[in-house]
Amino acid sequence: MSLHQEISFTLNGVVTQVSVAVEMSALDMIRTVLGMTGTKYGCGEGECGACTILVDGLSLNACLLFALDFDGREITTIEGLADDALGSRLEQAFATSGAVQCGFCSPGLVVQARHLLDKNPDADRGEIKRGIEGNLCRCTGYVKIVDAIVSAAAAAAEKEA
Amino acid sequence: MGALIQKSSLIGTRIKKLDAPEKAGGKTRYVHDLDVPGQLHAKILRSARVHALIKRIDTSKARELPGVHAVITAADVPYQRPIGVGKDHLPLKTDRVRSPRDEIAAVAADTVEIAEAALALIEVEYEDLPVLSDPRDSLKPGAPLIHPEPHGGDGRDSLKPGAPVAYAGKPDNIAMTFAYEQGDVAAGEAQSDVVVEDTFKLHYVTHCCMGVSGVIAEFDAMGNLTMYSNTQVPFLHKREFAEILSMDPARVRIIQPPIGGGFGSKLDIYPFEPICVFLAKATRRPVKLVFTREEEFLASPTRQPVILTLRSGAKRDGTLTFRKVETLHDNGAYTSWGATTPFVMMQTISSLYRVPHCKYHTTAVYTNNPYAGSFRGYGNLQSTFAVEQHMDKMADAIGMDALEFRLKNAQDPGEVTPQGMHFKTCGLKDCLKTAAQFSDFQAKRRANAANWKSPGRTKRGVGIASMLHVGGGAKIYPSDGCGSILKIDDFGTVTLITGASEIGQGSETVLAQLVCEELGLPMSAVRVVNSDTDITPWDVGVHASRTTFIAGNSAIGAAQKARVKILTAAGARFDMPPERLEMRGGFIVRADTGEALVEFSKFVRSLHFSDKAELVMTSFYYEPPSRHQDKEFKGDVSAAYAWATQVVEVEVDMDSGLVRLVKVTGAHDVGRVLNRLGIEGQVEGGIVMGQGYAFTEEMIVENGVVKNPAFRDYKLVTAPEIPEMEVHFIETMDGEGPQGAKGVGEAPAICVAAAAANAIYNATGVRIYELPFTPERVYRALKGLVEKLSWKAAA
Repeated sequence: MSLHQEISFTLNGVVTQVSVAVEMSALDMIRTVLGMTGTKYGCGEGECGACTILVDGLSLNACLLFALDFDGREITTIEGLADDALGSRLEQAFATSGAVQCGFCSPGLVVQARHLLDKNPDADRGEIKRGIEGNLCRCTGYVKIVDAIVSAAAAAAEKEA
Repeated sequence: MGALIQKSSLIGTRIKKLDAPEKAGGKTRYVHDLDVPGQLHAKILRSARVHALIKRIDTSKARELPGVHAVITAADVPYQRPIGVGKDHLPLKTDRVRSPRDEIAAVAADTVEIAEAALALIEVEYEDLPVLSDPRDSLKPGAPLIHPEPHGGDGRDSLKPGAPVAYAGKPDNIAMTFAYEQGDVAAGEAQSDVVVEDTFKLHYVTHCCMGVSGVIAEFDAMGNLTMYSNTQVPFLHKREFAEILSMDPARVRIIQPPIGGGFGSKLDIYPFEPICVFLAKATRRPVKLVFTREEEFLASPTRQPVILTLRSGAKRDGTLTFRKVETLHDNGAYTSWGATTPFVMMQTISSLYRVPHCKYHTTAVYTNNPYAGSFRGYGNLQSTFAVEQHMDKMADAIGMDALEFRLKNAQDPGEVTPQGMHFKTCGLKDCLKTAAQFSDFQAKRRANAANWKSPGRTKRGVGIASMLHVGGGAKIYPSDGCGSILKIDDFGTVTLITGASEIGQGSETVLAQLVCEELGLPMSAVRVVNSDTDITPWDVGVHASRTTFIAGNSAIGAAQKARVKILTAAGARFDMPPERLEMRGGFIVRADTGEALVEFSKFVRSLHFSDKAELVMTSFYYEPPSRHQDKEFKGDVSAAYAWATQVVEVEVDMDSGLVRLVKVTGAHDVGRVLNRLGIEGQVEGGIVMGQGYAFTEEMIVENGVVKNPAFRDYKLVTAPEIPEMEVHFIETMDGEGPQGAKGVGEAPAICVAAAAANAIYNATGVRIYELPFTPERVYRALKGLVEKLSWKAAA
């Protein structure tokens, strides 16, 4: 059997301890060890963004990280955004703006958009498009995804004002 | 007196997808996310060679690996039968591999990792055969034969003695041919003042569904099979699996979890599905098989690559005279739906514009390349690419405006084409005028063409293309039906149980909307069940842009029955003729005043507690008024036809060959807009898929080997690259369509490449006949470094 190691991290606000195989990817751990399936496998090599998560507030592809990289970090997956004001606003905006078709890329895009608006709440359409460049969507043609992020940003700004 | 309820309608409004909140929140469970207790994981060993005889397979070491439950090869499943559209390949290959995707063995193990380790322990000895990778070589004398001998199972265990268990083999490499003719092309050519002929080459692209292929198969104690499947054709699948397993179709149940993209890729049965079933049978355990992305590139279908020679003519006054088409379809090693794209291609040739004389011929040839399936547009991208470039060339040759030339030859409503298609509604002329007007097409085209000789690194171009596609179902099978069951519970919740499959396109939502419209209910009152063949009524599958039209009419039928039943009961209750009652806003109201008589939910509750309420309705929309093609491919295959025109604007960097897609102005005859949010999404997504086909995507196949099976090297369009999109909907209110609507799913992807080719020509004066328009290809064309393509079938 492969070498295992004990790691500890915060997952969506919950302190999590787990023993994982040292060669396991973070994506595999999230999906198979922790059983949280909102983070998707799309390519396994960091090209599609379907597995986008937040690691210490930074958006990263879970498929490119080792599970061990989580040790001591704060991890947020799509499931963790349900209780997050901006995250849930984005989820609603994705639905009402028509940004979801087959939906397979949606969780990764919501997480990426959460990161984007966190860093740049006033992002314009051009900045949003560049901000989601690493997330592939085969269904929508991206227009309504950008619409959704714009409307979530506007709603957030309104709340602030 | 009750409250007054105004008439309102959901039609044309922006309705969010019913499944969107779940999906956006990551709560939707796709097949990849499902685990069945006791499940094993499967992996497939594919060929290490392109074309070879299998001399020996040794699985003994793999079988001994701890955690391995089964290793199977063809020898272990003597009952297997040829599968797919052409019934020309076995799920597990016996003595020969014809493509690197070919399945040789499969493993079921406790984990994916163990299954992968076991694959590495399987020894296969091959004897290489010559590789046939250029379809143009397939017909040459002495070409290697791909299916020289019969191959198949031995029929052992078959419950149906005499049923075919093998593919007979082919003495040549011709998988299929198609021939269609109307009028007399020689006479048409004799009348022509201008004749053009070119050869076009269309490339390999693939669906790239974001959710990779996957399936879970499980047998219960009685030997009944349940599959968790991404298929787009659950009922046809049932039948095919029953045949493969020699079991009663009633004992096959297909459950479709939400599907991570379809686009036509899941219309056929593919080897991994029966292989997973074989493993479940061998191990008596549930077995899950999920592709890697690399496998998805190697072993899921592609769009049909085509070499197409088109000869067209017109008179000086702008009347089209004839079209003659010869295509060579690279069938790959096996025959799936790609081979049958001529059905659609010839419609565009014969009937997009009025042409008196047409001759169409396709030869689909076997090679050792990947094999093509159906893909959104189904051959129409390929034929439109050729036809619309020739429309421009001929207009220019006779000195006529490109829009006027098209308008002169465009179909009108009421037309019956020589191929037999009856255009009861036809918005083509409106599409042409609308797209041209809003893009200022004519003025821009003249100005750009005047600019060819002027210096400057960047040139602008504008191009136009139109399309015709089925929009009212498609008579591919003997029937084109879909069934609905509609039940109303005692709280007033309506459940629509439909045969139609949701693949992300929004059918579930539009069907719910059509039901709500009939019953005067808000969207929140309806649930849709559409994912379990043990429950849902029969349907032929999600393809041919048919679901809104066929399943929509079926759902409306059931809702109308419910309305009649409820209003009849309400008439009795309130002592009024039922025709003077209506259902609005969740109430039963007086039709004349809008006065609410009773809440819908309250009333149906009272019906449930009276006798014989029977609030379960069934309905089938079995036979749209369409007609199967005859042996000569003549027939009215769809109850309605969709039309569109797209004008694209490009910017060409003359130094690098980089073409930027600036804007797409589309006008689509969709019959009627039902869910505006949904239809915009279909069109925008289709345009960007067409953009990928035209500019960025290419599956590079060299000597039968896919060289770029990854998103790193297979370039999908990303968000910053999308064009500005302006979409206009032409509402022709189709008499047979649900609320007047026609199908739209495939249409938006079809015109982009053709219009882009015309736009690049308009910018540069250089015409490119081969896709995709990568910087390298455009640069070579600009520098005159491209040899003219030509291909003709041997006489």
